[in-house]
Amino acid sequence: MDTTTVDPKKRIFRALEDQDTSVTFDDPLENDMILNMGPQHPATHGVLRLLVRLDGETIVSAVPDLGYLHRGYEKIAENTTYHEFIPHTDRLDYLSPLANNVAYVLAVEKLAGIEVPRRAQFIRVICCELARLASHLVWLGTMAMDVGAVTVLLWGFREREKIQDIWDLLTGVRFTTSFTRIGGLAQDMSDETTAAIRAFLDQFSENLHESEKLLIKNKIFIDRCEGIGYISPADAINIGLTGPMLRACGVEHDLRRDEPYLSYPELDFDIPVYHDCDTLARFYVRMQEMKESVKILYQALDKIPNGQINASDPKRVLPKKERTYSKMEELIHDFMIVNFGINPPIGEIYQAIEGSKGELGFYLVSHGEGYPWRLKIRSPSFVNLQSLPVMLKGQMISDVVAIIGSVDPVMGEADK
Amino acid sequence: MKDTVVEKLTARFSESIEFINEYRGELTVVLKKKAIVDVCRFLHDDDELHFDSLRDLLGADYYRPDDRYEVVYNLFSLKNKFRLRLKVRIDESDLHVLSVTSVWSGANWQEREAYDMFGIVFDDHPDLRRMYMPEEFEHHPLRKDFPLMGIPGSLALPRK
Repeated sequence: MDTTTVDPKKRIFRALEDQDTSVTFDDPLENDMILNMGPQHPATHGVLRLLVRLDGETIVSAVPDLGYLHRGYEKIAENTTYHEFIPHTDRLDYLSPLANNVAYVLAVEKLAGIEVPRRAQFIRVICCELARLASHLVWLGTMAMDVGAVTVLLWGFREREKIQDIWDLLTGVRFTTSFTRIGGLAQDMSDETTAAIRAFLDQFSENLHESEKLLIKNKIFIDRCEGIGYISPADAINIGLTGPMLRACGVEHDLRRDEPYLSYPELDFDIPVYHDCDTLARFYVRMQEMKESVKILYQALDKIPNGQINASDPKRVLPKKERTYSKMEELIHDFMIVNFGINPPIGEIYQAIEGSKGELGFYLVSHGEGYPWRLKIRSPSFVNLQSLPVMLKGQMISDVVAIIGSVDPVMGEADK
Repeated sequence: MKDTVVEKLTARFSESIEFINEYRGELTVVLKKKAIVDVCRFLHDDDELHFDSLRDLLGADYYRPDDRYEVVYNLFSLKNKFRLRLKVRIDESDLHVLSVTSVWSGANWQEREAYDMFGIVFDDHPDLRRMYMPEEFEHHPLRKDFPLMGIPGSLALPRK
């Protein structure tokens, strides 16, 4: 166009007009925004990344992105002996390391066909339940904090601190316990530990009740949780949810009852089930579970028999360290087990326990060697996180943190 | 329960079953690759068996000349409280198997994980991306020929 013929006024307007000024909205309410939550977000409990498509404040869809904590434990397992892998299980669900230790050795024992003595079974039950309490206490604190209540976090951690002191007495360390051994335990439970657990339990119920009182009569907390994060029972089963997530959907399924392991058949406890399928129902299920755990712990402490803690199977169960220094047989066995492994027969098994987050299972394939040929960790957090897109759809952006809190994911376990 | 499962499966899919094995009380059924979705659909829908939940799905590398890979399906029936393991074998020349996401939506991520770790391609999968490794990564780390220390330079690190 010949610029000289154009009206100078129009020419100035045209120069001012660029892409930004000429954008037109057909309908301003029909514009989606994509929000990137995490991996460095405090409410994502670790390194969960969430891509959320928003329409105003409503979530249209959400895509979780995992793998920020992937350490390749399944690959490591193929290159370590069965014993060497026990410390790695601490780092899976790092809020309940004792339960992971138990689940892993149960799988190896099933593969190798080792039966552990009754005393060891009871101590393992105590381990599992203490781990459940510790894990649920962290969940309680962090979830309450996610929706704005800071006091419960401090109270929850105060109680967890006492459990870790018990772990210190029981296993010798507070956090990464590595307590179990194939065919038994690293050490026996002392009377001092028993007394410490009793003393803890005696005051715990009341303290838990105090935390509970702060929340269940709190209108803000109830409003933020009730009806949020709904997932239908059919969807929950189809996705494969387990643990408190499934029991909050009205499905009574608990591996301690349905596929009994350890000494659970001898203990009397209820399985709390709620039917509301929302965040509040998951809150109640976990609160009730903690009370049931206290019941189980009392019974286990009462019923625990005296006796050996290691199976008598010298070719596959590690001898006591003191004895390897003075006894020839023990020295040879220790050398063989440490250097060549326990060589379970050729075969494959799957063993699961009811962890604090759901079904924690190990699938093991043995080719008769000292190393497992394949180890697969069925981690509850990984599967439970899959329900996030379903639960988040149609919710408000401010509810995302409450919903993630109610799933209770631990990324160390989800990413393996 | 074991007998019912075996009976019903052999009656209906006798030509698709390679063999049935029991070890330490766990039932494993090895299937032909083509039949996997039909068998899963049948196990899921059957009123008596009712395998309504897929607990786990995994790949495995056996590092042998024929049928190198396996995909293992760990099913659980909430009604019968019974576990069943299905397996299909996959040859290196044809790394494709049909996805079971149409039967259990929970298979989605687990198939993505098996694809990521072993390179097994699940046909008809709605969203077959890598689960853990970055999208531009070229290898499949859980294969037996992938070295434990990794392959230097295979992961692009951020520039300093």
